[in-house]
Amino acid sequence: MAERCDKMVTTEKSGGALSVKNAVKRFTQPNGEEITALNGVNLEVDSGSFVSFIGPSGCGKSTLLRLIAGLEKPTSGELSLDGVPITKAGYERGLVFQNPTLFSWLTIYDNIAFSLRARGIYKEKKELVNEYLELVGLKDFAGAYPHQLSGGMAQRASIARALVGHPKVLLLDEPLGALDAFTRMNMQDEILRIWREKHMTMIMVTHDVDEAIYLSDKIVVMSPRPAKIEKIISVDIAGKRARNNPEFLRLRSEILEILHFAGKVEEPDYII
Amino acid sequence: MKKFKVWLPFIASAAALAADILLPDGKNSAKVNYYTYFCAAIAVFTLITAVMSVFNDKIRESTSYKGLFRTGVILLIAVIDLLTAKFDVLPMIYFPSPSKVIGVLFEDYELIGKCLLYSARLLLIGFFGGALVGLAAGIAIGFNKHAAYWLNPLVRFLGPIPSTAWIPLVLVVFPDTVSASSFLIALAVWFPTTLMTSSGIQNIANSFFEVSETLGAGTFCKIFKVGVPAAMPSIFIGIFNGTCSAFITLMTAEMIGARYGIGWYVNWQKEMMCYANVYAGLIVIALTFSILITLLFRVKDKLLVWQKGVIKW
Ligand SMILES: Nc1ncnc2c1ncn2[C@@H]1O[C@H](COP(=O)(O)OP(=O)(O)OP(=O)(O)O)[C@@H](O)[C@H]1O
Ligand SMILES: [Mg+2]
Repeated sequence: MAERCDKMVTTEKSGGALSVKNAVKRFTQPNGEEITALNGVNLEVDSGSFVSFIGPSGCGKSTLLRLIAGLEKPTSGELSLDGVPITKAGYERGLVFQNPTLFSWLTIYDNIAFSLRARGIYKEKKELVNEYLELVGLKDFAGAYPHQLSGGMAQRASIARALVGHPKVLLLDEPLGALDAFTRMNMQDEILRIWREKHMTMIMVTHDVDEAIYLSDKIVVMSPRPAKIEKIISVDIAGKRARNNPEFLRLRSEILEILHFAGKVEEPDYII
Repeated sequence: MKKFKVWLPFIASAAALAADILLPDGKNSAKVNYYTYFCAAIAVFTLITAVMSVFNDKIRESTSYKGLFRTGVILLIAVIDLLTAKFDVLPMIYFPSPSKVIGVLFEDYELIGKCLLYSARLLLIGFFGGALVGLAAGIAIGFNKHAAYWLNPLVRFLGPIPSTAWIPLVLVVFPDTVSASSFLIALAVWFPTTLMTSSGIQNIANSFFEVSETLGAGTFCKIFKVGVPAAMPSIFIGIFNGTCSAFITLMTAEMIGARYGIGWYVNWQKEMMCYANVYAGLIVIALTFSILITLLFRVKDKLLVWQKGVIKW
């Protein structure tokens, strides 16, 4: 009974290169007032890299992510993945919401298998479900329903669900925002491990400067709404894991300074 | 105390049996005293459960829990027997003795069974017809703007009309009472099913659909793998309400010129002033409908296991 519209199977595990050209997004609010969420965003993301978006609340990070996912159309501008224009949502651009949004009527196993079933490739790729269950440490919870999981487990399940179809790009919208500091640090390591193992392109929205430095190759710092890209910071600290590394601290203060300078909208919360 | 509760129903039924045998019958006694057999059967049953609960903890638990209620029912029937068969206190035409009511179940079971089958046919055709059309219409309204545009006013305007109000029209339009009555029942099921299906779908968080899109779901998948299961709790409320109105409609529809059918039976016996048969018919109706509702809930529990925890927590 699965959807049979596209049987294309991505065999290569590598990520895709993303290009955003002059993306503008305006929303009409209920009172008729127009607000500009994105004001001409230009961005190139290399295949297989890890990029974080950081910026004041309400600046348009989620909007940009939704444009890339294809859930929202830009008012003007162009987005493309590996040169192919993005017109609608598709499995090659997986999305993990801040809230896990697992399908509550499906077991964890069936949640993770959803993508394979929807694309009609479940029979051939069945083993992937167990592989990803194991990858996120939920093997013992395959038969559980979402309400039986803790917040962190649910978020891991939703990451596995997005990963199982081997998206070229994984979009993460504050995936760890709702977790406590300890679970959060574990999850950060888990995300890093998955990224290194699967080599997809990762784009993550975060409020947390340390998390951004810890995980990313590049940090895109955005200005308050209407959002523009304030600065793109490359992170190449050899020993990134040491959070008291002087370079780590320097990057952190640099980003904080940009954020302050740009908006003074919100003090990002630290996790250490 | 628990031990006592376990034995209470047996004591009550033995007392009822003794009263029935020892007290002289009034002038309206039944030919065969089925009530005596009934009391004896109950006494045997309650004795068996009481003895079994001495040995089995589980049975003791449930027997002692149900003990008071069973005793109450037994005593109530015994009192009715005293008021009717023994002392002739109540007018006998309208209040036949338990013996006569039980007698109907034994002597008239062929006709009652036939009537049940006739009713079952109407109910099944009507229920499944109405539920299927209701589901289809609800899904169409929930997912398709055009369907919503054309169907919503129809549902709002026609839905609230009690389906029995259509009787005059339906009798003219349909060739026979079977199709007419099934249609009325279908109509009764259709409205709540459609309404709860479409509103259930419209209340689904959009993020579910968005997630499914990013997982590669197409339209078919979004409707039947996301929309329908997510709306299932609401759909079930609709089907449950529909079933209740189906029962009402069935009873009414059978009173308008049907031949056979459990509702027809009750009505016909009332006109013949056979009130024992009326009560027997009512008992059969109550049992059947409550079994049907129980079945419906079983299906619901099966389909909505994932929801159980949501209610519990
Ligand atoms: N569907 C919508 N309709 C109207 N306005 C919207 C819509 N979606 C987003 N906006 C507006 O666009 C702006 C950017 O929203 P967005 O969700 O992208 O912010 P954000 O950077 O993700 O914020 P946060 O960090 O708090 O999640 C906000 O001012 C918001 O009010
Ligand atoms: Mg956001």
